[in-house]
Amino acid sequence: MIGSPLRRVWAMMYRHLALYRGSWPRLLELAYWPVLQMLIWGFTASFIARRMSAGPGMLAASTLLGGVLLWEVALRSQMGVAISFMEEMWSRNLGHIFVSPLRPWELVAALLGMSVIRMLAGVLPAIAVAYFLYAFNLFTLGPILVLFFANLMIMGWWVALGVVSLILRHGAGAEALAWSVLFGLTPFAAVFYPVSVLPHAMQAVAFVIPASHVFEGMRAVLSDGVVRWGQLVAAFALNAVWTLAAGVLFARQLRQARLRGALLSVGE
Amino acid sequence: MQAIEVERLTKRYGDVLAVDAIDFAVTSGETVGLLGGNGAGKTTTIAMLLGLLIPTAGRIQVLGHDMAHDRYAALARMNFSSPYVALPQRLTVAQNLRVYGHLYGVPRLERRIGELAEELELTEFLNRRAGQLSAGQKTRVALAKALINRPEVLLLDEPTASLDPDTGDWVRTWLERYRAGTGCTILLASHNMAEVERLCSQVLMLKAGRIVDRGSPDDLLTRYLREDLEEVFLDIARDRRQATPA
Repeated sequence: MIGSPLRRVWAMMYRHLALYRGSWPRLLELAYWPVLQMLIWGFTASFIARRMSAGPGMLAASTLLGGVLLWEVALRSQMGVAISFMEEMWSRNLGHIFVSPLRPWELVAALLGMSVIRMLAGVLPAIAVAYFLYAFNLFTLGPILVLFFANLMIMGWWVALGVVSLILRHGAGAEALAWSVLFGLTPFAAVFYPVSVLPHAMQAVAFVIPASHVFEGMRAVLSDGVVRWGQLVAAFALNAVWTLAAGVLFARQLRQARLRGALLSVGE
Repeated sequence: MQAIEVERLTKRYGDVLAVDAIDFAVTSGETVGLLGGNGAGKTTTIAMLLGLLIPTAGRIQVLGHDMAHDRYAALARMNFSSPYVALPQRLTVAQNLRVYGHLYGVPRLERRIGELAEELELTEFLNRRAGQLSAGQKTRVALAKALINRPEVLLLDEPTASLDPDTGDWVRTWLERYRAGTGCTILLASHNMAEVERLCSQVLMLKAGRIVDRGSPDDLLTRYLREDLEEVFLDIARDRRQATPA
């Protein structure tokens, strides 16, 4: 048999892509929330901009819209991984997957691949809505946008890996975390306001969340036109630490699931 | 040559001893039955053989590979089917087989899918979603998945559970033909005594996690002075009668 890691990763991605191929409601769902968020916050930003003088108004509006779009990158990346994993659990397919030659890291790679596709399918329409309805062009941030995207995607991934680990540990009872956990971090991520407005205790939490550094960096680009490289380095370093921690947690919980026999019953 | 070798295999969940230091070997090309009541340890044993469950103690070798350290090499050459582990219901039969064909690195995959569909009478269902199939059709799809990589070792957990007698007989006939044609080694866990009697050259009788007896179906019938394996099973399950010395 000719087996390669890439082919096994593709097998798992094909399994999820086949689901979307035959289901327009699933495709619609990918873009539904990001576009809805953009519509709500877009009109809010327009209202704020009209009530303020031109310069500050535009800055407030673009900070708000940039925050909404970039936070969606983290949210969709996290859900992309978690929901793809839960699809396996809901279809009681984990038993077949884990007795195939698929390595755990290959499964994770496939989940990340699906996460990128799901994120782009959700965020690109929202970016288009921002451009055509509110004349906000996210790409005016310049090439640095790629690094913002990368950091937020990585943050979504390690949060998702943590959620998947909890699902392996606690079963279907932990499913709700897939939709809620990153929303819980929103106050600390400083998406719409600077970290400095937070109380000191919350600032300490914000400091260890990569997204807060990304959004501080985004605001610096939008308001002053400067790239705060220190913020980006901090975001990447924190992401590296959290990814390592989430990877260790996932590996441990997978082993625990194999010790308890949970791979046959997870999801029930 | 032994396709499967199990030594002192044990699985403990807290105070519960699910599998208690069992030893057995399955010769290449043989069909061996794991027979036992609910909770006897059949599924637990199969899950450990597949690496899905880590044993508390003991050693498993499949096709010469130690499952504790080298399980992926063995997993590529074996496969598994169970009515309790489903295939994605929203995918079509062909999509399901494609997923597993890629996972097992099957060469000329579309041709292999066509062959299996023809052999298992699935051609007309290839583009139908797995969730829309009857229990018998689903069993045939599960078999096609289990055979996609031409496994040298096939582990079957109650392959005919919930099937009507006609479909069950069709599956048993097919398995007999397949083993005879390929020399595949089959380990079969079942509650169905007639199935085990018909398919298996050796039977391992499990009770409370231990192998309490073993032998060929004829040997067991002779030693328990019974007409069929169901009576032997009841003798063992209810401690009704001891076997006469072999």
